Amino acid sequence: MTAQALSLFWPYCIFIIMLVIIGLYCMLVTYNLIRALIGLELLIKAITLFLILAGYISGHPVMTQALVITLIVIEVVVIVVATGVVLNLHRQNQSLDVRKLRTIKD
Amino acid sequence: MNMTLDIVILLALILAALWTVMTRSLLRSAIGLALVSAILTILLFRFDSPLAAVFELSVCSGLISVVFISTISLTEPMTMKEVIKHMKDRLTRFWYLPFIVVIVGTALSLLDIRLNIKVPPAETQKDVREVLWNMRQLDLIGQVTILLAGVFGVAILFKEGRKK
Repeated sequence: MTAQALSLFWPYCIFIIMLVIIGLYCMLVTYNLIRALIGLELLIKAITLFLILAGYISGHPVMTQALVITLIVIEVVVIVVATGVVLNLHRQNQSLDVRKLRTIKD
Repeated sequence: MNMTLDIVILLALILAALWTVMTRSLLRSAIGLALVSAILTILLFRFDSPLAAVFELSVCSGLISVVFISTISLTEPMTMKEVIKHMKDRLTRFWYLPFIVVIVGTALSLLDIRLNIKVPPAETQKDVREVLWNMRQLDLIGQVTILLAGVFGVAILFKEGRKK
């Protein structure tokens, strides 16, 4: 099972790389703060899939599951705090556009 | 493992991710992200990780979508004039993405890469609860600390907001 899974590793990696590209592109190109967070979420999804795949192939899915659960907890905390920051920025600037953020200074 | 089915699910995942990024409406983007999480859940189930899959479905597809949709509803929508201007601007920035994804995917699939990975011998299957509570106790302490940091962070953010 493991040897067979190892031969299948690369095709799955292609999709993971594609997901990373989508997330990175979204974060780099957008000016909207919420959309940047969505890009970050997509990147985390790619990493989650990669970890689980690595666990499946190495025959240690239980260990990677414990790691992924930790990752999900951290992901939630990061997103909740980031959306709090976004809301406060919107309250002060009446915009989510990063080009209009002028009140961060001082 | 049925690889064809996995490839179909992965293609659906990529399409959902593309739709999430390309769609104009932020609300649709948030819904797309929930869809990506739901599809990822199916993959996690297929890769023998049911507990991680349940976490992904309940927390990422549920809670994070609620957080995003609440944030979007608390911010002001754009006016029609802004929407028209924004649409043209977005199109010039985002239309490259599907092409980049397709080209990179095709190029990588044409490469005949054989990864030389040394797989460690598989251990006797342990229960995930045993691993989480007995072997990875430091992770749990880290999780509790991060949760507390998040709670304090949000509390401070909204306290500052109230003062102003």
